[in-house]
Amino acid sequence: MIKKKNLIGLEHIDAPEIELILDTAVAMKEIVFRPIRKVPTLRGRTITNLFYEPSTRTRTSFELAAKFLNADVINISSSASSVVKGESLKDTVRTLEAMGTDIVIIRHPMAGAANLLAGWIGATVINAGDGAHEHPTQGLLDMFTVREKKGALEGLKIVIIGDILHSRVARSDIWGFLKMGAKVSVCGPATMLPAGIERTGASVYCSIDEALKDADVIIMLRIQLERQKAGLFPSLREYARLFGLNRERLSLAKKDALVMHPGPMNRGIEISGEVADSLQSVINEQVTNGVAVRMAVLYLLIGGGDA
Amino acid sequence: MKLLIKGGTLISPDQKEIFSTDVLIADGKVAVFGNNLEMDRAFIIDAGGKLVLPGLIDLHAHLREPGFEDSETIATGTMAAAKGGFTSLACMPNTNPVADNSSVISFILNKARQGGKVNVFPIGAITAGSRGEELAEMAGLKEAGAVAFSDDGRCISNAAVMYRAMQYATMINMPVIAHCEDTRLSAQGAMHEGYYSTLLGLKGIPAAAEEVMVTRDIILAGETGCRLHIAHVSTEGSVQLIRQAKARGLRVTAEATPHHFTLTDREVTGYNTSTKVNPPLRTLEDVNAVRQGLRDGTIDVIATDHAPHAQEKKEVEYENAPFGISGLETAVGLVWTELVNTGILSPLEAVEKMTANPARILGISKGILAKGADADLTIIDPARTEKVDPARFVSKGRNTPFAGRMLAGVPVMTIVGGKIVFEYAG
Repeated sequence: MIKKKNLIGLEHIDAPEIELILDTAVAMKEIVFRPIRKVPTLRGRTITNLFYEPSTRTRTSFELAAKFLNADVINISSSASSVVKGESLKDTVRTLEAMGTDIVIIRHPMAGAANLLAGWIGATVINAGDGAHEHPTQGLLDMFTVREKKGALEGLKIVIIGDILHSRVARSDIWGFLKMGAKVSVCGPATMLPAGIERTGASVYCSIDEALKDADVIIMLRIQLERQKAGLFPSLREYARLFGLNRERLSLAKKDALVMHPGPMNRGIEISGEVADSLQSVINEQVTNGVAVRMAVLYLLIGGGDA
Repeated sequence: MKLLIKGGTLISPDQKEIFSTDVLIADGKVAVFGNNLEMDRAFIIDAGGKLVLPGLIDLHAHLREPGFEDSETIATGTMAAAKGGFTSLACMPNTNPVADNSSVISFILNKARQGGKVNVFPIGAITAGSRGEELAEMAGLKEAGAVAFSDDGRCISNAAVMYRAMQYATMINMPVIAHCEDTRLSAQGAMHEGYYSTLLGLKGIPAAAEEVMVTRDIILAGETGCRLHIAHVSTEGSVQLIRQAKARGLRVTAEATPHHFTLTDREVTGYNTSTKVNPPLRTLEDVNAVRQGLRDGTIDVIATDHAPHAQEKKEVEYENAPFGISGLETAVGLVWTELVNTGILSPLEAVEKMTANPARILGISKGILAKGADADLTIIDPARTEKVDPARFVSKGRNTPFAGRMLAGVPVMTIVGGKIVFEYAG
């Protein structure tokens, strides 16, 4: 069983717990493909999706996961809530707790929001992405997808390419894959490689060609257009030329390398359409697996009882 | 009212000596030193086993009044000072309105006279509104009682403005206190840029943001002959730059805060907003360099940068929280625990950095214990230890990263102008 009350990040979770989540997700994925996708595991439980950032796939994925497990789901987005009236995060979540929610799933533009929440309330907190800190369920679904395709994670070479500085997905992937015995490399423009990232245990590259050599898995990150205005790279054209994944570059990796992307993609910029739609791409499977992994997390955090 | 302090060990920065003596205080002045003094009709204070110091001076505090009275007032801030063993403090001008004109200086001095527990020396703004554009009326500020100029909390990004400010301050023989921060390098930063900012996903403030401005201001001080005091030195590079400037004979002084000689950026892990401070908590190498700078005299002053905030302002997302640590009530304990008891500073050196040195920089006749001097004294018990409990702070700001820490060295009595303004009650 998972000993923790909350899922804030993969930095502070150990390999057996990750293993348990991934194993549980295998059973959950089976449910997703049943004709009637409903089990009574979380009947009578209330789950609140508290989203301070626009999100389609993560919010929907958590909502489906909760509904397949028969929980009641409340969705709160910042534009429609009292947030716009100036209520603090602390007061908002205390209100939710007073109404009796079992789990709060929080997406927030600022790092540490989920940590704060976990300190303030008794309900279980799941981090659905906080600033540039962590996005643990994305990391888990990436590991699940790779394990499903490759059989195991140990010894694989994982390469994460793009804006590492601002990426919570990169951080969760680094922690998760390293803990499971994979080798992780990060690659991006020098302006987007955060200070001290090598101390995590990841290797660091500025040359995509070098980074891709012998890669088993390539995770491309979305480049945000506003980073150009902030002076972090000169132009999308140059970014795509130096760090975009195309057919020729993909051939530098192992022949059976997987191509992944947390979405939404900028086709033609960080990833060519041809590569995104290629047989090596598992981008759509990541989405399906996301539901299964989130079901596993919900189940293990509150539904597992004394099992 | 006469006070007779008996049996204490006196630390005298002006005589560079430590010796056992009784002290008689009469009419608000130090009257007599001597052993086994007896005096009828005097209130006897037993200082056996305690250290008797000239009243401590905090060169860098934020009292928040006028304008931010929910975070602190002159009354509560000076009460916190008294409890922390300070008999005088210099308050920064980033109030609302900014202390950039003589009427705000007069307001602060009046409030301090009416409800202040300790002596308050206001610092005037360098530029109008601390906007970094046009000079404030510095001569008028000085006449009203300002003891130095600073735009603390903000850095004057325009080098030409800083250059002229230093020329003008030098003309009227006043020091300039520089908050060194290149705000484009630090923009939106919430903590030191390094491994921990990467782990936490918080925007970093690189050491270079401080050091490029320390460099600039040292160059400008060399050009103008200005007495430049660098506030809250936090990086190894800054310490080196100041050391070099002093070796060249420039009139540059510097201060460090207890949090910068004690804590590292690792403390931010967990997103405790009480660790959010500007300049940010740096690396272990930086902390050690600051300690070395204190030891070798590169850093002249220990100042608190007391920056109280109302609790609800700090109970927010880390990025949204304001910068600042409530520091008056933990300073003595941190100096004793981290610097004196570790042998980095002798008791005399530590006291100099909190008395004679800040007094000299500000040009105020405080910080000495001599016959006829103002009877501002601090008595501390170096043997007593106490756990930091923010709930017991008298400052309105309970924003401390030191909660729960055991500190040795407790101020037990604070005397201002011959009056006991604080007495330790356990």
